[in-house]
Amino acid sequence: MRAAVSALVRKDLQAELRNLEAVPAMTLFTVSAFVLFHFGLDRETLQGDLASGVLWVTLLLAALLGMNRLFVTEREQGGFDAFLLAPVDRTAMFVAKALVLFGFLVVAEVVAVAAFALLLLGPGLGQALPELLLVLLLADAGLAVIGTLVGALAVQTRARDLIVPLIALPLSVPLLIAAAQASAPLLAEGGAGPLAGRWLAILALYDVVFGLLSYALFDYLLED
Amino acid sequence: MFGRGLKIFSLLSAVLVTGAFALAFFYAPEDADQGLRQKIFYVHVPLGIVTLAGFVAGGIYAVRFLRSGDRAHDLRSYVAIHMSLIFGVGALLTGSLWAKAAWGSWWVWNEPTLVSFLIVFLLYACYQPLRFSIEDPGRQARYAAVFACVGGAFVPLNFMAVRLAQPLIHPRTLSSTANLPGSVSFTFLVALVAMAVLFTTLCKYELASKTAAMQLRSIRRRLSGEDISPLADPSRRSAAPQRL
Repeated sequence: MRAAVSALVRKDLQAELRNLEAVPAMTLFTVSAFVLFHFGLDRETLQGDLASGVLWVTLLLAALLGMNRLFVTEREQGGFDAFLLAPVDRTAMFVAKALVLFGFLVVAEVVAVAAFALLLLGPGLGQALPELLLVLLLADAGLAVIGTLVGALAVQTRARDLIVPLIALPLSVPLLIAAAQASAPLLAEGGAGPLAGRWLAILALYDVVFGLLSYALFDYLLED
Repeated sequence: MFGRGLKIFSLLSAVLVTGAFALAFFYAPEDADQGLRQKIFYVHVPLGIVTLAGFVAGGIYAVRFLRSGDRAHDLRSYVAIHMSLIFGVGALLTGSLWAKAAWGSWWVWNEPTLVSFLIVFLLYACYQPLRFSIEDPGRQARYAAVFACVGGAFVPLNFMAVRLAQPLIHPRTLSSTANLPGSVSFTFLVALVAMAVLFTTLCKYELASKTAAMQLRSIRRRLSGEDISPLADPSRRSAAPQRL
């Protein structure tokens, strides 16, 4: 299992390094979205819950781009068939793809959060960074898990690009609520407020529930 | 296959729904604050509860389909979710009317039960498009079942997250029935049972009609000897399961 997962992850990272498809698109999208928010809201700087909302909606929409691309090459280039021929556990595909999506999200967020701090955020980020990182990582895990499931679900349908956002957006509402509420005090004017534990608990619960569920259900999404 | 008991269920739901309305108008006391407008409570709340229960039931049938591979469970899961969507529209509309009457606006964002219901409804609104966009019937059934399982788990989790995020105005119906006068909670329970029986009856009708149509199609196919499967004719494609 571990060998299969690491082989799949290596393959995906190599393909991404050669093509530069998903991650650059996600980062460019976030920066453009910040510019749009600047003009749409007509604000020089943002703080508190507005900043947190803008950041999380942008990250969520950027994650949709990654989810959309995640399985496209597998389907178009016959990756699914090759994987099913290999004598490995099918869940290896789920674990590998979730790890890859998680990695894409983390890389994109390194740029996106820095750009957000430079372009839009009023208060400095330095003090709140460790807590914000924790929230980001927990939310990324949830997005990676449901993104992998929804991506695999949608890639075999005729309307792939429509199905991913339609299903993933309502599914990620609890994540958005918890992440935005948890990071709102961190981005507040006049020093970061304390981090509320219950939002982290919701994020962790979401990750665990949907992680186990996707782990159990993913087999059925691969063809026999 | 699903036709048994239809008559009894139809009679039972007619009696119970009429009884619940009669109780709501003639037995339950008039609300001191909202007067007659409060009567919508006996329609709206059972509709909402039955809708959510129907979504969860759709998830349970989906699990059973995935475990057994029996297409009848896929059909049950489809019908439960389909019927819940219709009941869900009813719950949203009655809720909106009641919100206008009681709180003075059609939609209230700081109301967790309303908002989480809407999110669940939006998620399930994608169930039919998802089914429709998969052509192979076996894959359609499996993918729809995966979606239904995820949705079934999402319902309670989503309610928890939204509820924590906001202050409460909407009364918690099931946990606060203890504070209601006996006649109100009795009427409410009758209305809830009536709505649940109505839901079951309508589901049975849809199941019976769908299986009858399937049988008819297969008999026709056998008679004519040619392939008139729904896949062959794109204008007759449907999101519903086509074969058992």
